[in-house]
Amino acid sequence: MRKGYLGIDIGSISTKGVVLDEQGEILTSSYIWTEGNPVEAVRNLLDILKKEVPSDVVIKGIGTTGSARKLIGLMVSASTIKNEITAHAAGTCHFYKDVRTILEIGGQDSKIILLDHGIIRDYAMNTLCAAGTGSFLSSQAKRLDLDVSEFGTLALSSNTPVKIAARCTVFAESDLVHKAQVGYAKKDIVAGLCKSVVLNYLNNVGKGKKIEGPIVFQGGVSKNEGVVKYFKEILKQDIIVDENSHLMGAIGIALLSKKNETDQVYTLDITDITFETKGFECKGCSNHCEVVKIFKDHEHIDTFGNRCPMGEK
Amino acid sequence: MLISWNKKSMQNKIVAFPQMGDYQTPISYLLSHILNLRIMKVPPITSKTVELGAKNSPDFVCTPFKYTLGTFIECLDAGAEILVQAGGGCRYGYYGELQEQILKDLGYEFTYVNLVTQGRTDIRRIYKNLKSIDASIHPLKSLYYTFITSKMIKYMDKIDFYIRENIGFEVEKGSFVALKRRMLSKFQSVKTYSHLLLLYHLYKRRFKKLKILKDEKKLKVGLIGELYTLMEPFANYHIEYELAKYGIHIKRYTNVHYLLFEKKNAVKRYLRKTKDYIRYRMGADAADNIARTKYLCLHGYDGIIHIKSSFCTPEIGAMPIINKICSEYEVPVLYFSFDTATSEVGMKTRIEAFYDMMEMRRDSEKRISRN
Repeated sequence: MRKGYLGIDIGSISTKGVVLDEQGEILTSSYIWTEGNPVEAVRNLLDILKKEVPSDVVIKGIGTTGSARKLIGLMVSASTIKNEITAHAAGTCHFYKDVRTILEIGGQDSKIILLDHGIIRDYAMNTLCAAGTGSFLSSQAKRLDLDVSEFGTLALSSNTPVKIAARCTVFAESDLVHKAQVGYAKKDIVAGLCKSVVLNYLNNVGKGKKIEGPIVFQGGVSKNEGVVKYFKEILKQDIIVDENSHLMGAIGIALLSKKNETDQVYTLDITDITFETKGFECKGCSNHCEVVKIFKDHEHIDTFGNRCPMGEK
Repeated sequence: MLISWNKKSMQNKIVAFPQMGDYQTPISYLLSHILNLRIMKVPPITSKTVELGAKNSPDFVCTPFKYTLGTFIECLDAGAEILVQAGGGCRYGYYGELQEQILKDLGYEFTYVNLVTQGRTDIRRIYKNLKSIDASIHPLKSLYYTFITSKMIKYMDKIDFYIRENIGFEVEKGSFVALKRRMLSKFQSVKTYSHLLLLYHLYKRRFKKLKILKDEKKLKVGLIGELYTLMEPFANYHIEYELAKYGIHIKRYTNVHYLLFEKKNAVKRYLRKTKDYIRYRMGADAADNIARTKYLCLHGYDGIIHIKSSFCTPEIGAMPIINKICSEYEVPVLYFSFDTATSEVGMKTRIEAFYDMMEMRRDSEKRISRN
C-alpha cells in the first residue's frame, strides 16, 4: 500500500488536480475548465482522478487552494486550505530549490513571489483590474478568431510586434481593434498582445520588485511561448517554464497537505454527496454582510462572509 | 455659504455629522452639550450608504467622500437640517463645498457647516461657525465641553491602542468589543471631567483584566495609510478584525487625538528623522506615514500594511518612499487600495499570504540565529 496526497487548485478559469506519492512525484494529474461552477468542476475532476489513481494508493491528505479553496475545502473535507501564493511557492521550491523569483499569470490574477532559500521574502498580486491576465488573452483570441493554444506559436513568427497600450484591458482592446482596422498583420498584433501582457505585468505587479534569477514562470499563461519570449527579451534573463507549470499550485498544496498528515484516510468518491450554496444579504445588524450558507447533504455545515454570529442563523 | 438664523427658528433643527469609527460618541457628546439643537443619531454605514454615496459622487473621487455623502443623504432623508462636516488637509479641503453643491442639486434644503476649511483648523473660526447655527452658544460652557470631549477622545484612543495590541489573543471571543461598547455608552453620559477620568481608569482596569493568551513570539504588524480608511472599519473592510483572527499584535498611530492635538508638533520631528527621504510634508499624512514606516522597521515589526482609498493623492506620493524604506530594512509591506467595490475575498487572500510570509520569515530567522 502506498500513500498519496491530493492537491486541488480551483482557479477562475481552470481547475487543476494532482495526486502525489510520498516522494512528491506526480502519480496522476488533470486540468479542466471551471466554467463558472467550481462545485461541478471538482466533481468532474475527482471522477477523472479516481479512475487514474493506482488502486494501491491510499489518500492521506487533501489540500485545496485557489479562489474557491474554502468552498471546495468544505466539500471534499480537505485537511489543508491555503492561499495560492503559499501553495505556488511550496510547489516551485520542491522542483527548483534555489528559485529566486516566481512569475505567475493565471486566468484572473497575476502575482510575483520573491524567495530566498525557499523562504518567501516578498510578494505582490495585481490589484484592481485583470489587464494582462489569461482571461484577457483568451477573449482577444476569440476576437481574432484564434484558439488560445495557437496564440504563442503565431506570436513567435512575428519580428515586428505592434505597440499596444498595456495599461488597461479596455485601452488595450480598443487599441487592438484600431490596429486591426488599419491593416496590421494578425501575427504582429498577436505578438504585440503578448508583449503588452509582459509590459503590463512588469509595470503593475512587478513594480519596484527586484527580479533576480533563477526565474520560474508559471500559471496558464506560461504555456504561451510568445509571452515567455518577451519576458526573456525584456528581463534579459533566462526564464524556466516547467512542463507542469500549470499544475504548480495544486502540487504545492498537495505537498503542504502532506505536512499536515494525520491518520485519517480520505476518499475521492463524492459523487453521492449533494452540495448546495445559498447566498443572501444578512439583515441581522447594520453591517448587511453578504452571507453564503453551505449545505452538505442538505445539512447546514458552514457560513461564509458573516462578521458576527447573527449571520449563522 | 452660511445663513444666519435667528435663535427662535433654529431651536428645533436637527444636526447630523458623518460617521467615522466610534467617534460618533464624542462628537454627539460635544454637539449636544454646546448646541441648543437636536442631535441626530447618525445611522451606521451600510452597503446602502455606500451605494447612495457612490451613485451621487464623481466617479474618481476618493471613498471618504462617497461614504460621508452617503451618510448625509441618509441623514437628510431622516430629517436632518444642519450638516456638520470636517475636512482634512488634502484635496478633501474642497470637498465640503462640492458635497454641499451635490446635495443642493439633489433638491435638499439644509445648512452646511464645514469646520475645517482650506485644510486648517482654527478654533476661533469653528466657534464662529457654530455660533452661526446657534446664536445661544455659550463661550465658557463650550470651552469646558470641548475640553471634556478632547479628553474623551484621548482616553478612547488610549484604550484602542491596548485593544489593537491584544484583541487577537482574547480568550473569550468578542469580549473586547463588548466591553468597549459598554465603555462608550457610559462615556456618553458623563457630566464632569472628573467623572470621565474615573470611568477611564475603571475601564482601563477592566480591559487589563480581560483574559488573553498572548504568545511572546507573536507577529507584529503596523497599520499606516490614509486617515479615514484607517479609522472607519467599514471603509477598510474590517481589516483590524481580519488581522486579529490570525493572532497579530497591531499597531496603528493614526487616530483623532493624533490628528487634532499631536500632529502639528510631531510632523516637524518626523521631517527631521526622515530627512534622508523627504524634505517636504507632501500633504495630508504622507510625511507621518513615511516616518512611521521607518520607526516600525527599526522596532522589529514583522510587516507593514499600508491602506488608502483609491485615488488618494498624498498617499500615492508616499508609497514609493515607503517601498524604498521597506526594501532597505527588508521588512515586507502590503498595499491595499480600497474602493467601494473592492473584493473582500481578494483582500482576505492577500492577508493570509502576508501572514504566511511573515511566519516563514520568522522561522527562517530563528533557524539562522540558532546555527
